[in-house]
Amino acid sequence: MGSSGDPAVMLDRILFDLFAGLAILSAILVVTRRNVIHSAIFLITTLLATAGIFLQLHAEFLFIVQIILYVGGIMVLFVFVIMLVNLDVSLHQMQFRRQWWVGLLLALALGAETVAAIYIGRLGLPGPNTAPPAAVLEPNTELVGRVLFTAYMLPFEIASVLLLVAMIGAVVMAKRRT
Amino acid sequence: MIGTGHYLFLSLALLLIGVVGVVTRRNVIVILMSIELILNAVNINLVAFSRLAGSVEGQVFAIFIITDAAAEAAVGLGIIIAFFRNRETVLSDEMDLLKW
Amino acid sequence: MMHMLQTSLEVLKPFLLPLIYAVAIVAVLPLIAGYIVLMERKVMAHMQVRLGPMRVGPHGLLQPIADAVKLLLKEDIVPESADRLIFWLAPILSMTAAMLALAALPFGPGFQIADLNIGLLFVVGISSMGIFGIVLGGWASNSHYSLLGALRSAAQLVSYETAAGMAIVGALLLAGTLSLRDIVEMQENAGMWFAFAAPVGFFIYLVASIAETNRAPFDMPEAESELVAGYMTEYSGFRWALYFLAEYTNVVVVASIATTLFLGGWLRPFPHTHALDFLDWFPPGLMLGLAGYSLFRAPKQPVLIQKLVMVLVAGMFAAFAAILLAPILATHLAGASSIALLVASWKPALHGGFWFLLKVFLYIYLFMWLRFTFPRYRFDQLMRLGWQFLIPISIVNVMGIGLGLALHRQWGWPVAPALILTTLITLAIAAALAKTGEKKESSEAIVGEFWGSGRDA
Repeated sequence: MGSSGDPAVMLDRILFDLFAGLAILSAILVVTRRNVIHSAIFLITTLLATAGIFLQLHAEFLFIVQIILYVGGIMVLFVFVIMLVNLDVSLHQMQFRRQWWVGLLLALALGAETVAAIYIGRLGLPGPNTAPPAAVLEPNTELVGRVLFTAYMLPFEIASVLLLVAMIGAVVMAKRRT
Repeated sequence: MIGTGHYLFLSLALLLIGVVGVVTRRNVIVILMSIELILNAVNINLVAFSRLAGSVEGQVFAIFIITDAAAEAAVGLGIIIAFFRNRETVLSDEMDLLKW
Repeated sequence: MMHMLQTSLEVLKPFLLPLIYAVAIVAVLPLIAGYIVLMERKVMAHMQVRLGPMRVGPHGLLQPIADAVKLLLKEDIVPESADRLIFWLAPILSMTAAMLALAALPFGPGFQIADLNIGLLFVVGISSMGIFGIVLGGWASNSHYSLLGALRSAAQLVSYETAAGMAIVGALLLAGTLSLRDIVEMQENAGMWFAFAAPVGFFIYLVASIAETNRAPFDMPEAESELVAGYMTEYSGFRWALYFLAEYTNVVVVASIATTLFLGGWLRPFPHTHALDFLDWFPPGLMLGLAGYSLFRAPKQPVLIQKLVMVLVAGMFAAFAAILLAPILATHLAGASSIALLVASWKPALHGGFWFLLKVFLYIYLFMWLRFTFPRYRFDQLMRLGWQFLIPISIVNVMGIGLGLALHRQWGWPVAPALILTTLITLAIAAALAKTGEKKESSEAIVGEFWGSGRDA
C-alpha cells in the first residue's frame, strides 16, 4: 500500500517516533534525577524534542518560539537560579516524598480517566486517513501573525501587560532589602 | 499516517510524568520544572489539533501558553530566591511557615 | 527487504546534498577558525608595531596547525570535584550551537545548507542556546573563578541579545521576510544595502555583536587579567580548543548575519548598474595580486621549506583566481557552446561567495581593529551600556523604521527622505539618552572607584 511505503510518510513516522521517544525519556529523567542541574539539562532536551514535534506538525513559528523563549529564556533563568540556591547537602537528602506511591496512583488514575474519555469520544476525532488540509497552515509565520494581530489582539495586549507585571514582580521579589 | 491518537498519547504521557513530578518531588525547583512539562504537554495537544483541524488558532493559543509559562517561571523563581534567602532551604517539606 | 532499502534511500535523498555541505563545513571550520586566530595575532602585532608569529611557517602561516597539534596532544585534566557529565557536555554545546547557526546562512545564491523560511529567527534562537555552553562550563568546573566568570559572561550575553534582536527586527521590517535568502534578494530589489537604509540599526548590531561574542572592549568576563580565564579556567587541551573554536566560529556567524542583513550578503556593490561591471574583475584581480605578492616574497624567506610553502600559497591564490576568472571569460573564449554557458552560469554562485567572504572578512577585521584600539569596559559599565543605552535605542530604532516605512507606504513619501528623517530622529533621541547617561555616570568616575579614598597620584 502506498500509505505504508511512501517516503514522506515514512519520514514523518521516523521523526515522530524519534522526537516522541526522546521527549518521554527525557521527561522521565527530569523527574527522577537527584542532581537538579541534571534535571534542568534533561528538561532542555525535552523542550527541544517538543520543538521537534512542533516542526513535524508544520508549526515552524511555534518551533522557533519554543527554542528562543523556552530553551533560550526560561531554561537559562532556571539554570541561573539553580546555581544560586544549590546546596551541596541536598545531594544527600531524600529526593522523593515518603508517599511517592500516592503520586503514582494519582497519575495512574488520571491516565485511566483520560484514556476512558478519549475512547468514549473517539468517533469525533479526525481519523488517521483523512489528509489534513495542510496547505491551510502554510505561510505559517504570516498566518500566525495575521491572526494574532487581528482576531486575538486583546489577549496579545493582555499577555504583554502580564509579562510587564511578571518582570516587575520578579525584580521586586529578588531584590535584597538593603 | 500519524493520527490524533499518537499525539494524544504523547501528550498524556508527558502530562502524567509532570503530575508525578509535581506530587512526588521535594525540591521546589524540580516541581516548577514538572509544571513546565505539563504546560508542554498541553502545547503539543493544542498544536496537534490545530494541524489536524486545519486552523491556526491552536498555535496562537500555544504561544500564549508559552508567554504565560515564562511569566510564571520568572515570578516563581523570584519567590524561591526570596524564600531561600530567609530559610536556606528549597525543599517543599521545610516550607511550613504557615502551619500551626 | 529490497523494497524497504529502496524506500529508505528515497527518504534520505533530500538530505544527501545538505549532509555533504554540513560535513564539509564541520571539517573545514576548525581550520578557518584557526586561521582567523592567526589573522588576529598578526593584526594585533602589526597594530602594535611588531611582527607576530613568524617562525612556524612563512610569516607564521602554519602557526594554527602547530597550535592544533599541541592542543590535541595535551593532557586532559578534569578537576576532581567537577561534575563529569556537564564538564564533558559544555564545550560540545558551545561548539554545536555555533556550527548549527551556520546551517541557515546563505554564502551565495545557491550555497545554503537549509533555506528555512524562518532562517533569521533560527539563527537568533541557536545563538541564544550557546549561552548554555558557557553557564554549564562555569558550573561544572566547581571553582569560584569559573562560576563568577560564567555568570558574568552569561548575563552580558543575555543583555546584549535583546539589543541585537531589536536591531535585527529593524532590518526585518525593511525586508518583510524572515528567510535569509529572501532578505538578500530584497536588498537587491531595493538597490540599497540595509546598512544605508537603517544605519542606526547597523551600528546597534555592530556593538551588540561585539558584546555577544565576548570580544573586547566587552571581554571583561574572559580577559587575561581578570578572573583568570573566566569559565574556561579549568579546561585544558582539546576541551579548551573547542571553547576557543566555538568563540571564533561565533564571530564568523555574527559577521555572516551582519553581512546578510545589513551589508547585502552575496551582492556585488551596485549589482544592477552596468557602468560598474568592471567591478566583476575585482575578485580574480585581488586573488592574482595576492598570488603575485606571495610569489614575490617567496625568495626572501630564510628557510627552504618556508619558500616552498610560500610558493604553494601563491599557487592556491592563483587557483582561486582561475576559478573566479572562468565564468567571466567562458562566453568570451568558447562562444555560446553548452559548456561555456554552464561555466558562465556559475558566476553568481562563485562571485557571490567571494563578495560574501570579503564582507565577512572586513567585518571581522573591524572587530579586531576595535579590539586593539579601545580599553576594556568594566562590568557594571558594560551592563549599564547594554540596558540603559542600547536597548532603549534599539526600541526607538524599530519605531523609527516603522515610521519611515509608514511614511513611504501610507503617505507616499519617496524612500530616501523618509528613511533620512527617521534616522535623524533616532540619532537625536540617542544623543539625548547619551547626555542623560553621561550626567549620571560622571559621578562615579573610574578613578574614584578603583583607587578609593586614598589616591596617590
